[in-house]
Amino acid sequence: MQVFPSHTHRNSSLNDAVSLPTIPLYRSAPPLEVRLEEFESFAIDRLRVLKGISDGLSRGKKPEEMATLVKDLWKANMRHQHASEVLNKDIISHFVLRLVYCRTEELRKWFLSIESALFRYRFCEQGAEAQRVIMEEFDLPYKATSNVEYESVKEKLVQVARSLGQNSSTVDAIYYKVPFEEVPELVAGRKVFLNQGWAYVAMNQVVSLLATLFRSQLSKALILTNRKWTSSIKEKEKHRLAPIVEALSSSYLGPDYSQPREYGEISLKDIDQVVKSSFPLCMRHLFEKLREDHHLKHGGRMQLGLFLKGVGLNLDDALAFWRAEFSKKVGLEKFEKEYAYNVRHSYGKEGKRTDYTPFSCQKIILSTPGAGDQHGCPYRHFSEENLRAALSRMGVNSRATEDVMNKVRNKHYQLACTLTFEAIHGMQCDAGINHPNQYFSDSQKIFQQKVDSSLKFVFKTNACEL
Amino acid sequence: MIIDGYQARETTLPNEFNPNYLKLYYGKLFPHSDLFKWMCYGNDGKHPGCDPSYLSRREFSYTLDNDIYVRFQSFQNAAELESSIKDKCPFKIDIGPVYSVDPSKRHAYAQSGDNVFTPVERELIFDIDISDYDDVRYCCSGADVCLNCWPLMTIAIRVIDTALRDDFGFKHILWVFSGRRGVHCWVCDGKARKLTNEQRSSIADYFRVYKGNENSYKKVSLTGHVLHPFLAGAYSDVLKEFFETKLLTSQNLLSSEERFEKILEMIPDQSATAELRGKWQENRRSSIAKDDINVVRWEQLKQLVHSGKYKAQRLHRCVEEIVFSFTYPRLDMEVSKHMNHLLKAPFCVHPKTGRVCVPIDPNHCEEFDPTIVPTLSQLLEELNREGFTADVDGEWNKTSLGSAIGLFRSLFLQPLLEACKKEIETSYNAKLKHSKDLHSW
Repeated sequence: MQVFPSHTHRNSSLNDAVSLPTIPLYRSAPPLEVRLEEFESFAIDRLRVLKGISDGLSRGKKPEEMATLVKDLWKANMRHQHASEVLNKDIISHFVLRLVYCRTEELRKWFLSIESALFRYRFCEQGAEAQRVIMEEFDLPYKATSNVEYESVKEKLVQVARSLGQNSSTVDAIYYKVPFEEVPELVAGRKVFLNQGWAYVAMNQVVSLLATLFRSQLSKALILTNRKWTSSIKEKEKHRLAPIVEALSSSYLGPDYSQPREYGEISLKDIDQVVKSSFPLCMRHLFEKLREDHHLKHGGRMQLGLFLKGVGLNLDDALAFWRAEFSKKVGLEKFEKEYAYNVRHSYGKEGKRTDYTPFSCQKIILSTPGAGDQHGCPYRHFSEENLRAALSRMGVNSRATEDVMNKVRNKHYQLACTLTFEAIHGMQCDAGINHPNQYFSDSQKIFQQKVDSSLKFVFKTNACEL
Repeated sequence: MIIDGYQARETTLPNEFNPNYLKLYYGKLFPHSDLFKWMCYGNDGKHPGCDPSYLSRREFSYTLDNDIYVRFQSFQNAAELESSIKDKCPFKIDIGPVYSVDPSKRHAYAQSGDNVFTPVERELIFDIDISDYDDVRYCCSGADVCLNCWPLMTIAIRVIDTALRDDFGFKHILWVFSGRRGVHCWVCDGKARKLTNEQRSSIADYFRVYKGNENSYKKVSLTGHVLHPFLAGAYSDVLKEFFETKLLTSQNLLSSEERFEKILEMIPDQSATAELRGKWQENRRSSIAKDDINVVRWEQLKQLVHSGKYKAQRLHRCVEEIVFSFTYPRLDMEVSKHMNHLLKAPFCVHPKTGRVCVPIDPNHCEEFDPTIVPTLSQLLEELNREGFTADVDGEWNKTSLGSAIGLFRSLFLQPLLEACKKEIETSYNAKLKHSKDLHSW
């Protein structure tokens, strides 16, 4: 991407190109000159959209709800006072954010997944004709299956459609035969018929194919942008664009809780108390299971271990903590040989020395615990009975429990957790729970306030007595 | 990670495994050249299209005596690979991905910062452990296996192998006994090796039917009006018959109250469960049936569910769900999802059992018996009996390892190398043509 110098007016625009599809594919940077203030303000507007989508996804919103959300977000943020500038704003803001989000693996991943989601919802909003134009733009090398071929696999295609809950009468008759590698999402959900490496993609599933292509093209582009950024742009724009770009990325991603903040270190002797007062259910469950079985499988060790690191358990305490439990089951020697490495590894002291960050709710909700695993999100992975029992052990009353279960049934796992938080702390949690470590620090903050105010109270009474 | 709370039965046999035996095994029997040829994928030939750096970018890692773990070993040629194995005498050899650069020189590239050291190719792998079936087998637990529960592995091979070939179109698939409690699968087609992590995950998810963990009793949830063709095929061709004719009786799934309660839990209609429970509790007292009690009760359950007497939602699916819960393959998902997962090389010797990790023929997998797989000491005894000779092609021919290596070659390696040769030629010719076209412009 090229960044153009700041000027007070723009001397070319794209709006004379009538045949352009309604959603740009952002194949090349626009031949536009962008004013510095637009550079930033367009980007912020788009970021609001992306952040809104990200929040919606992590709250487990259903596809229909997401579609409305995206439509509203787009309308609210991506308009322009001149209708002719709307497309330019779309393109410019995208390319600015590419610069912002190209710079680390983590940032690229986030941008990639949210931009692809945005593309997907926008594509679905289009009418059939507009969709066709966009599809042509992609220049797919695949043809619709011929009649003969369709008839030969029709029975299987109907079977797949019915397995997805569709009525056989509404089954599409247009299918594209594509290598299964191109539609990982449809393969993962068993949403296509597979034969000899070919996936039969129904017309109404084409969006998934396009989204994958969109994503892979964007992914490659981001790598290139990153190269250009590090090799030239960063230095050239040291005083102008670079500060804007850097500020944009950090202001919106929220804390990652990789460094314990605010409440400093917790120590081993307080840990049982803190577990009861401030651990979210997922961590409390792992902790209790560990105390009970003196063992956790890998997924559980990672989820709990990194969380504990995030709340401020230092490496020595962490080793002592895991050692105390595991040695009861596997013996001290085996612990030192097989498990201690992993503890040090997660603190970045072994192997490639990455300081791993604690898992967010989204990651935990999307995990796939198997037989014998204890990790995952209780609201998603527990049976109803187990969840009810767990909530009552946490002291959630029956009315609040029903509210929680209601959210769970609608797959709003983070809202369920938020309600649990509110029930236990007797306070509103407007921001919602997005991260187990956020649950912890919000909870600690509330207790801290309570302690402060009771101290004040004690002090006041003492003062009166004087 | 599984904890070995107790020792596997096999280890009570004396001298099944010791480092001296292993030295001899690597010296006389281990098929070094086959491993080398496989790992080269045709790139060891004279063809100008070969990539001479291919093997040297592959990671091998060793577990040595005393659990010392050495990662990122790499080799330039067959002689280096062989002498390193003979010299280090690893208890276990793991095979990792092919990286963008020689993994032993990765630090030299680390400075440039742009993530040049990254996995670029890796077989698609699957790992199935019998210990993950502990909640559905009553004969053994943990790392133990017997001929009553091993068939669970056999049908896992049949289900996965069929889908890999028919659904995904893969051809070069190697199944290996993991030496104690499970099987490994290596899918080696060119396009399998080039899959991205996301594509690997999608295949693993395609195979996944289990939801939830220990805290959710319902392990399998099948939705939709009918099953997806893959699941329907697995059910009607493999799982149903296996469950009804083998597993029911071999594991006595419905014989006692504790066991049948576990199955009743999976029926989503309280009154239907109550009726069956009543019948079965009585049945135990009278015990008139001549037929196997498990089979009789299963028939009763199916009849009741399909009778139309009870109307609970999704009741009709519970028969399938029960069969899937007890029989459907349980993959270790994480192994398959990422390129950089290591997996034990075939023909290693399992240090706890002394058994060799021999290939399994998926077409005759039901004939495979894990309890008669050759052990290290048995092989060396056979070798002693025959007397040492200076046979060029290894001495394994005289031992019971012979058939295993023969199988590896005929079933897997030869067809694979032929395909690799073709692939190299085709892509070389395409490149030539491309550059010619460029010149003619």
